[in-house]
Amino acid sequence: MAQMNLLQAINNALDIVMAENDSALCFGEDVGHFGGVFRATSGLQEKYGKARCFNTPLVEQGIIGFANGLAAQGSTPIAEIQFADYIFPAFDQIVNESAKFRYRSGNEFNVGKLTIRTPYGGGIAGGLYHSQSPEAYFAHTPGLKIVVPRNPYQAKGLLLASIRDDNPVVFFEPKRLYRASVGEVPVEDYQLPLGKADIMQTGTDITLLAWGAQLEIVEKAADKASADGISCEIIDLRTILPWDVDTVANSVRKTGRLLVSQEAPLTAGFASEIAATIQQECFLHLESPIERVCGFDTPYPLSLEKEYVADHLKIYEAIKRSINY
Amino acid sequence: MQGLQQEKAMNTEIYKESQVVHTPTFIDGHSVEIPILKILKEDGTVYSGAELPEIDQVKATKVYKALAFHRVLDERMVAAQRQGRVSFYMAALGEEAASVGGAAGLEDQDMIMAQYREQGALIYRGFSLENLMNQMFSNEKDLGKGRQMPIHYGSSELNYMTISSPLGTQIPQAAGYAYGQKLQGKDAVTICYFGEGAASEGDFHAGLNMAAVHRAPVIFFCRNNGYAISTPSDEQYVGNGIASRGVGYGIKTIRIDGNDILAVLKATQTARSYALAEQKPVIIEAMSYRLGAHSTSDDPSGYRTKEEEEKWHMHDPILRMKNWMLAQKWWDETQETELYEKLREQVLAAVKVAEKIDKPPVEDLVTDVYDQVPAHLQKQLDELKVHIKKYPEAYPFTAGRIK
Repeated sequence: MAQMNLLQAINNALDIVMAENDSALCFGEDVGHFGGVFRATSGLQEKYGKARCFNTPLVEQGIIGFANGLAAQGSTPIAEIQFADYIFPAFDQIVNESAKFRYRSGNEFNVGKLTIRTPYGGGIAGGLYHSQSPEAYFAHTPGLKIVVPRNPYQAKGLLLASIRDDNPVVFFEPKRLYRASVGEVPVEDYQLPLGKADIMQTGTDITLLAWGAQLEIVEKAADKASADGISCEIIDLRTILPWDVDTVANSVRKTGRLLVSQEAPLTAGFASEIAATIQQECFLHLESPIERVCGFDTPYPLSLEKEYVADHLKIYEAIKRSINY
Repeated sequence: MQGLQQEKAMNTEIYKESQVVHTPTFIDGHSVEIPILKILKEDGTVYSGAELPEIDQVKATKVYKALAFHRVLDERMVAAQRQGRVSFYMAALGEEAASVGGAAGLEDQDMIMAQYREQGALIYRGFSLENLMNQMFSNEKDLGKGRQMPIHYGSSELNYMTISSPLGTQIPQAAGYAYGQKLQGKDAVTICYFGEGAASEGDFHAGLNMAAVHRAPVIFFCRNNGYAISTPSDEQYVGNGIASRGVGYGIKTIRIDGNDILAVLKATQTARSYALAEQKPVIIEAMSYRLGAHSTSDDPSGYRTKEEEEKWHMHDPILRMKNWMLAQKWWDETQETELYEKLREQVLAAVKVAEKIDKPPVEDLVTDVYDQVPAHLQKQLDELKVHIKKYPEAYPFTAGRIK
C-alpha cells in the first residue's frame, strides 16, 4: 500500500498498463512531456517514449477520431480530453462512431480497446467551461460504458478495468479531488468491477446515491443526519452505464426511501433516469417521493457557485424532507 | 516553459528564411499551381512520355472485370430499387476508376476506409456477389447483421472497414489506424476515401493535421466528383480544389485524372511506396464526375443540365480502359459481350436468392451493442419476446422464430 492522491493513482494505473501492453498509448493536448495540465500522464513519455505518449494538435474530434482508428486497428488508445467541458467537438466521434462501431459492423470491427479519460465537475471556481458534468449526454448512448471514481483507490481499480474492458469507456475523473483526495492504494495491479455499485455505508432509513466527487458531499450530509438519528445507506454508483439497478433497488426495498444527488443540472440528468427506474422497481416499497438534489438548471456559474451546487446542506434538507414526508 | 527543453522545441526558424517586406504583401489564395497526372487518353492510347503503373495482363484483366462487375451491379440495383426490391442504392456511375484503381494499387493487407461510394474497392478485393446482396437485402446472412442501410458494406477478412453514414468520420480514424500500423511495424498502409463535399467537415481538417503531425502512413484519396448531393463544388469551396489544402498541412499531394485508370493506379502505387518508406501521409485528389444521382432518393435533373452530363459521358473511365485493353490485345469484343451477359445473369439470379433469405433473428437486436449482452438489454429483449408472441401478426419477420 502507498499513500496516493487521485492523480497519482491514475498515473500509476496508466504506468501499469503501458508497461504490460506495448500497444497502449496515451495522448491528448499537453499530455506528452508536460504530463497533462493536471499532470496525470507525468513521466510516461520519459518512460515509454514519444511514440506512445504524446501531445496532439488542439482538436478534440481529431483526438477521438484518431483513437477510434487505433482501437479498430488493435492498439489500446487511452485518449485524454483536457476538460469534459471541451469534449463536445468529439461528440460525433464518440456517439456515432465509438458507440456504434461494433453494432453497425455486426462485430466485424470494434473499438472495445478505447478509453477516454476526462476531468469533470465543479468546485474549483472554474465557471461555465471548467466545471461541467456531462455524463448524462453520453448515458443516452447505447454502446458506451461510463465510469466515475470517487477516490484514489477506486480510480486506479476502475481505470485499469476500463482500459482492459472490451468496450469503449468514457472515464470521468473528479478534478476537484485530483489532489484533495488522498488514500491508501495498493501498489500492485488490481481491478474493480464495472457495472457494479459499491455500498459505502449501510443504513436503514434512506438510501443516498451518487457518483464521483459528489459522494464526499453526500457523506457529509449523512453525518449530519446521523446526529439527528437518521440512518443513511450510501451507495456509489461507480458505473453510470450500464448501471447496477439491482444493488440500488435492493437497498431501496430495504430503506423505503431514495435520494439521488448529482453535480449536473436537474432536468434530464442521470438522477432522473434512476428515479424513473426505481419508482417502477420499488413502487410499493417507497415511503416518500424520490428526492433529486442536483445542480441548478442554469449554466455553471462562477461567483454564485455556492448557491448553485448541490451542497451537503441541500442534501441534508432533502433527507429530512424524505424522512418526514 | 518545459516544452522548450524538448529536443524538438518550437520550430520557428523556418520563418526567418522568408523574404522580408515592408509593405503589406498578400500571397494569392490560388498561388499554388497543381499539375494533373494523365496517362491514358480516351481512345485507349497512352500519352507520350507517360510513366505507366505496374500492370500486366492478369492484373489488367482483374481490374477490368471488377469495373464491369461494378457497372452491372449498379445498373441492376438501381433498377431493383425502382421495382421496390431494395429500399435504397448508391451508384458510382462514371467514377468507378477511383475505387477499383485505388484498391488495385494497394496490397491486400492495407486497410481501406471508404466513405460509401467505393464498392469498387471491395469488389476488387473479392467480396462475393452473395455478400453484397445479403447486405443490401439486410437479411440474416449479411455480415453486418441487417443493421445498416444498403451499401454499408464491411469485411474484416478483406480489410475493408464497415461504412458509416456520417461524413468524414473515417478521416481522423484512418490517421489513427495507420499510426497503429506504423507502431507495430506492419508492411501496411491505410487508404481513406472521401468526397470533396466531406472535405468541408471538421473531421477532414482534424484528420489531415493529425496524420501530418504524427506521420501516419495513410493515403487520403479524395474523389472530387463535382457534387455533394445537389451542391456543386463551386458552392462547396473557392480554393484550388482539395489538393491545395494538402500544402497547408505539409502533406505531399498529387492531383490526377480520376477517370484515367492508369493514372489512379500509378498514383496509388507511388503513394503507397512513399507512405511506407517515409512513414508520412499522402493526398490524392482524383478529378471526376458523378454521372449518376447521389442516391436513389434524388433526381439530378433538378439541379443540373443534360448537356453537362452528356459532356462527362464522353469521359467514361471503363470505356477508356476497354479501348486500352483492346489496343493491348488483352481483350476483345467477344469477351466483352460474354462478360456483360454473364454478369447481368449472375446479378439478377443473386437478387432472387438474397431477397428470399430470412431477416435476422430478434436476438440480433441486442447483440454487439457491447461485447456481452448486459442485464438491462436482456430484460428488454425478454419483454419484447413476450410482446411479439402476443401480437405475432404485427411482427412477421420474427414472430414464428421465437423460442
